Amino acid sequence: MSSTQEIQSGLAEILEEVAGVTPADATPEKSFTDDLDVDSLSMVEIATAVEDKFGVAIPDDQLANIKTVGDAISFIEKNQG
Amino acid sequence: MSPSTSDVVVTGLGATTPLGGDVASTWEALLAGRSGVSRITDEWVQEFPAQLVARLAADPAEQIDRVRARRLDRSQQVAVIAAEQAWAESGAADAGVAPERIAVVFGTGIGGALTLLGQDDVLEAKGPKRVSPFTIPMLMPNGPAAAVGLAIGAKGGVHAPVSACASGAEAIRWGLDLLRLDRADVVLVGGAEACVHPLPMAGFAAMRAMSTRNDEPERASRPFDKGRDGFVLGEGAAALVLERADSAAARGARVHARLAGAGATADGYDLVAPHPEGEGAGRAITAALRDADLSPSDVGHVNAHATSTPVGDTAEAAAIRSALGDHALVSATKSQTGHLLGAAGALESVFAILALREQIVPATANLDDPDDDANVQALDIVRQEPRRATLRAAVNDSFGFGGHNIALVFTTA
Repeated sequence: MSSTQEIQSGLAEILEEVAGVTPADATPEKSFTDDLDVDSLSMVEIATAVEDKFGVAIPDDQLANIKTVGDAISFIEKNQG
Repeated sequence: MSPSTSDVVVTGLGATTPLGGDVASTWEALLAGRSGVSRITDEWVQEFPAQLVARLAADPAEQIDRVRARRLDRSQQVAVIAAEQAWAESGAADAGVAPERIAVVFGTGIGGALTLLGQDDVLEAKGPKRVSPFTIPMLMPNGPAAAVGLAIGAKGGVHAPVSACASGAEAIRWGLDLLRLDRADVVLVGGAEACVHPLPMAGFAAMRAMSTRNDEPERASRPFDKGRDGFVLGEGAAALVLERADSAAARGARVHARLAGAGATADGYDLVAPHPEGEGAGRAITAALRDADLSPSDVGHVNAHATSTPVGDTAEAAAIRSALGDHALVSATKSQTGHLLGAAGALESVFAILALREQIVPATANLDDPDDDANVQALDIVRQEPRRATLRAAVNDSFGFGGHNIALVFTTA
């Protein structure tokens, strides 16, 4: 089980790798599309990387509900382990 | 249509090639006689009969942002690099041209082969859910054209001719037509290829089309030489900015050369073998001259397709001789760059333009002992060192598997 802090920093690493987001910008209130300029195909790549890193499964219908960094952190916290 | 509106000029050049990361370094290396060919040292090559390649001189990773690069196939990366160089040099971005009047024509022979094959490996190893969502936009053969269109903000149409090793030249011809038909005011044209991978290497080798002179990489690509035994696969891209002469003059653009005419034919003979007398190729050159309203005697230089295959070079020699006679100075620059497939026609057009601009004809490397073929013997193929000459018009011809023949005629600015 990863702590909230570990999840946030792990997610920030993925965002930097996949979409070039500066880690300091990957804060919970940020919207992937509106604030971080992540397009839909990159979101799919991020979801895959999150699945690998945190051992969670993100069904497509759930991915559509993940709008912000905070949404992603909550999803991982609820579903990991 | 009045001549002033149909006159088309070249106002920007870009390239990333086995000889250099831009046009200037590529041209300098070409004139210095340097080779871009090396032997592959990767483990996979051990069983391969042909082990040579002409890799990019400059790693695209050093020329393009990392995040941007990971969404682009290597063929798209090199396309964007060459296109952005040409675009910047032309100054067209600052000319106030409406995006709806900017078009792109960018060809490739193979397309995103590295992505296709790399993602197939992912599929086999990890299953369909791990295949990249960028797989399709990275492998599609219109990918280089689309990436270039996005890079320069072209909204006047983005086109992707696919005619194997004639693709780059065909893109230039389409660009000429678009301007003559007033479909656009500026057209960025070119070709890109990056498919150095075991599968294409094995496929070309199975056709017995590649040189197996593995112990002498720099001497392997030897167009028109008696000892030639096939081409060397190269990678890279080249791009040109085309616009009508009147608008280029109005904005004070630097003009490298005029694109005076183009001709396109098909052999109608065989899927891959060239017509032995170069019938279709010769007709393309003749058609291009007619289109340019020039005579054979006007053409001082030919940058030949000359890939270093036994049958291709003699067929081309016949075509050049039948269409132009024996007087033009011929260069086969694949002797140093290798064969860039769908980028070849664009790169060699850049060379033809620079030859006109600088009034110097590059040498053909490795032409130690010209083929006994009567047409090869009759041609004036420049070798050993570049030759100064007074040039008014130059031809670039390109041929592709499928029987595609394209000839382009450039004249001095």
